[in-house]
Amino acid sequence: MRDLFRKRRMWRRPTELKSSYDVVVIGGGSHGLATAHYLREHGITNVAVLEKSYIGSGAAGRNTTILRSNYKTPEGARFYDASVKLYEGLSRELDFNLLFSQCGHLTLAHSDRAMFVMANRAEVNRLQGIDSRLIGPDEVKQLAPAMYVGPDTSYPITGALHHPPGGIIRHDAVVWGLARSADAGGAEIHPYTEVLGLDRSGDRITGVRTSRGDVRAGVVLNCTAGWSTLLCDMAGVQLPITTHILQACVTEPVKPFLDVVVVSSQMHIYISQSDRGEFVMGSEIEPWTTYRTQGTLNFLQDLTRHTLELFPQLEHARILRAWAGLCDLSPDYSPILGRTEVENFHVSAGWGTYGFKAAPIVGKTLAELVATDRTPELIAPFALERFYRDDLVSELAAAAVSH
Amino acid sequence: MSFLLTCPNCGVREVTDFGFGGEVSQRPTERPTWRELNTYNYFRRNVAGVQREWWVHRSGCRAWFLAERDTRTNEVLWTALPNAAPSPSPGTAVAS
Repeated sequence: MRDLFRKRRMWRRPTELKSSYDVVVIGGGSHGLATAHYLREHGITNVAVLEKSYIGSGAAGRNTTILRSNYKTPEGARFYDASVKLYEGLSRELDFNLLFSQCGHLTLAHSDRAMFVMANRAEVNRLQGIDSRLIGPDEVKQLAPAMYVGPDTSYPITGALHHPPGGIIRHDAVVWGLARSADAGGAEIHPYTEVLGLDRSGDRITGVRTSRGDVRAGVVLNCTAGWSTLLCDMAGVQLPITTHILQACVTEPVKPFLDVVVVSSQMHIYISQSDRGEFVMGSEIEPWTTYRTQGTLNFLQDLTRHTLELFPQLEHARILRAWAGLCDLSPDYSPILGRTEVENFHVSAGWGTYGFKAAPIVGKTLAELVATDRTPELIAPFALERFYRDDLVSELAAAAVSH
Repeated sequence: MSFLLTCPNCGVREVTDFGFGGEVSQRPTERPTWRELNTYNYFRRNVAGVQREWWVHRSGCRAWFLAERDTRTNEVLWTALPNAAPSPSPGTAVAS
């Protein structure tokens, strides 16, 4: 219990930047901090994590905390499954309770076509050893008795893809736990330190210019999600990414009546009930690109209308908060991970709406890449180079509608 | 923030009336290499600043038109049909 109420700082706040680091991680979110955490395992500790705001202020603190691995492609399913497995052991590894609840994940189908696609996904998942199967409306009703499954709705439920290991986790705790571990391992976390430029000499990045001074860097990692394009521009690396807002909201807390994550691609919603009783709801990205993280009214209108079709009980529930975050959307809905054409500049980008669930495996594989200078097999399919070759990993069916 | 756009034919409407056609990009050369073609297809400038972009009035006259919008604020500087569009602001791309 002591950890929950601790007054000591969980990580140091170093006053000055050193003149040189072996690894500079740009972005103090779940990916950047996870990388710093796993670099410890390789004995790499002269590391700085630079964050332009407070840590976890971007996508790491704005997602809807859903974890799952029932993706459509073998490459994707394998990768996200490795991430969920790491998340399963992360509370113990970090000695910090991340409140991971594997309550199960339901992706609703509303048409024969959707049932077909989900049957396909279930087979791909099973071949990868991932617990995932197609169920009918009766079983949906058993898993979510409070949800309205009746046939007289705009989108009658014909079945669902059930993924028992999926669930929700405390996202801020993930950030804090990773930060504490990275800090304990010797990495420095520098909040309110904005990167203003990268010095490139030939095929290498030699230095990082920040709002608090310049540093030399052995390896530079870009873990800045929605801002990835801007950081890559500084390195002279082009990205196939567009930045959009994704929005979410929570209701006031109510008594627990939903203990499974519910997602509907067709209705563009995902819903879960948090441990505090709040309903956490998210929707689709806005189609236009923007760097402004302000929400829209049409989001709230569409989301609440669809939510009430499934959960009419929430009719009088009030919305506590709504917010928006930036998403770096790639053309094939798969990430862009690993090397770029600049030798010592690696990226974790193109995360669209599915970055948070990948944080530990990104950290582990990027740390391995840095330590061994070899691209781990698990992330080889996600290389930036695939777009130049038109060799995509299409997750459109399993990720286009978020979570 | 949601915003308003002025359709050159129909006037001011909510952004939900329109389809977003993406940033204006440079067409590849007549016989592009495989790499050039893929760069054109997939890679985007994704600027934080004034962006020249395509919109279509999907729920209205269905005309395609150009706009310049600041992606940091969503302020729309102007909208115009392609043949009446002002020359591009510094830093924005033109369709060639």
